[in-house]
Amino acid sequence: MGLPDSSQDLSSEMEVDAFRKIFPLRFFERHLSESLRPDGRPLGKARDTIVNLGLVSSADGSALAKIGYTTMLAAIRMEVMTPSTDSPDEGCIAVEFHMPPICSPTVRPGRPADAAPVISKRLLDTISSCNMIDLKELCLVSGKAAWMGYLDIYCLDADGALFDAALLSAVAAFSNLQIPVVALNDNGRIVAITGEEKQDNASITEKEAVNKERRKLTLKNIPFSLTCILHKNYILADPTAEEESIMDTLVTVVLDSSDQIVSFNKSGGNALAHTSAIKSCVELAKKRGNELKQILGEMDVD
Amino acid sequence: MEIDREDGRTPNQLRPLACSRNILHRPHGSASWSQGDTKVLAAVYGPKAGTKKNENPEKACFELIWKPKSGQIGKAEKEYEMILKRTIQSICVLTVNPNTTTSVIIQVVHDDGSLLPCAINAACAALVDAGIPMKHLAVAICCCLADNGYVVLDPNKLEEKKMTAFAYLVFPNTTLSVLPEGSSEGEPVEHGLITSVTYGVMSVDDYFLCVENGRAATASLSAFIRKNFQQGQRDSSKSG
Repeated sequence: MGLPDSSQDLSSEMEVDAFRKIFPLRFFERHLSESLRPDGRPLGKARDTIVNLGLVSSADGSALAKIGYTTMLAAIRMEVMTPSTDSPDEGCIAVEFHMPPICSPTVRPGRPADAAPVISKRLLDTISSCNMIDLKELCLVSGKAAWMGYLDIYCLDADGALFDAALLSAVAAFSNLQIPVVALNDNGRIVAITGEEKQDNASITEKEAVNKERRKLTLKNIPFSLTCILHKNYILADPTAEEESIMDTLVTVVLDSSDQIVSFNKSGGNALAHTSAIKSCVELAKKRGNELKQILGEMDVD
Repeated sequence: MEIDREDGRTPNQLRPLACSRNILHRPHGSASWSQGDTKVLAAVYGPKAGTKKNENPEKACFELIWKPKSGQIGKAEKEYEMILKRTIQSICVLTVNPNTTTSVIIQVVHDDGSLLPCAINAACAALVDAGIPMKHLAVAICCCLADNGYVVLDPNKLEEKKMTAFAYLVFPNTTLSVLPEGSSEGEPVEHGLITSVTYGVMSVDDYFLCVENGRAATASLSAFIRKNFQQGQRDSSKSG
């Protein structure tokens, strides 16, 4: 068929892979100019999202969230503690984000990932600043006992947009949370009531039940986040790990149920965020928030 | 209606600024930056040969160490380290010294609000002192949103606690030199955000109000930096 010219030989299978490896940025820009991304998505579209609830039977609430290949497992354990004297009728929440070596080749065993403490801090900031949970609801006996919620999130597969997936799994785990039944015994201490004791009515009347039924928390204000990449004039929603490593300007927008900004986070990067770019990111986040609301809504019906 | 501030400032008034460079003997560059009672020391060592693991050896790499006033570093300091590192990487020319690591050490002397912006300004001044190649400077400011929708700039610790929301914003300083390609269209370069970190819930309009007020204030900050650096230049050429 004659000699292939330079543009044709790039289109054969082997050559495209090589081109992608050698000139990753050029490879992406060629796609972006066609308003398409290498995985076939349009620029503003997020990956398929799946949420599963109640996967960890030993935890009081748990959820698994998948955004594309990014997978997060969140579990909440409730423990009784003495509230601090500053806020005697409020409970407390602690967030820990773990990145085990299984999640990404860049995480080495024995050396914690740099991103992990930063994401835990941001998660706690987001959850506490948007008043998702009324901490007063976690109170058992004012000044004596309150619930401490330990939220642990494990990243099983890190393929970009870690914060988005972590926040989604955290929100889903809280919606799945069932506060266990506890009672106040004669010594004034809180004890858990197991299933057997519940059938035996006498023991319940002996003890004063503080939390009579397993109850759910009311989530007042649910935050949803979207990470975008700014590259030249393009805005890419929900980047993969490959895209994040090639184009370094990340913007994470967190909006609450009434479309208020909970967090607008951008740290450095080559591209500057101008007013128009900020506006488009917020718009994309609004759209994504509605999508996620629908996904979580379907979960509650089941 | 005007908002009353405890220290009698107007909402857009910054605290007195002070910056001195080349104050430490051992580091290649150092600076102290203070805004009111908040004071931060920054030292720069480098560029040193080699990069750390997981870093791109084709580019200059930065390492950031945050030292709090007392105690050990926690998650908040780790977050500051990451934000500062990314911000510095975005303003420095990374291709001039490939396969090198530059360490930036931030020592908090006193924290009275707006700590992170103060640290970013200090780091910038120290990088200039060390002669690290940079594209432009970064100017950082803290904007607070009061209950009644007013924006207050450069809050102290007391104000920071009372406010509903606040944002740390970093802008490029106003450039007088040749602009890079693609900047002629649309907004000027100094209107673009380098870094934004927000705490607390605010409406989208309020956020833009913060960005606008912060941007206006960085013009005066940027003028202060320029004057200060030119002053330092003259002094050192006199003595040298």
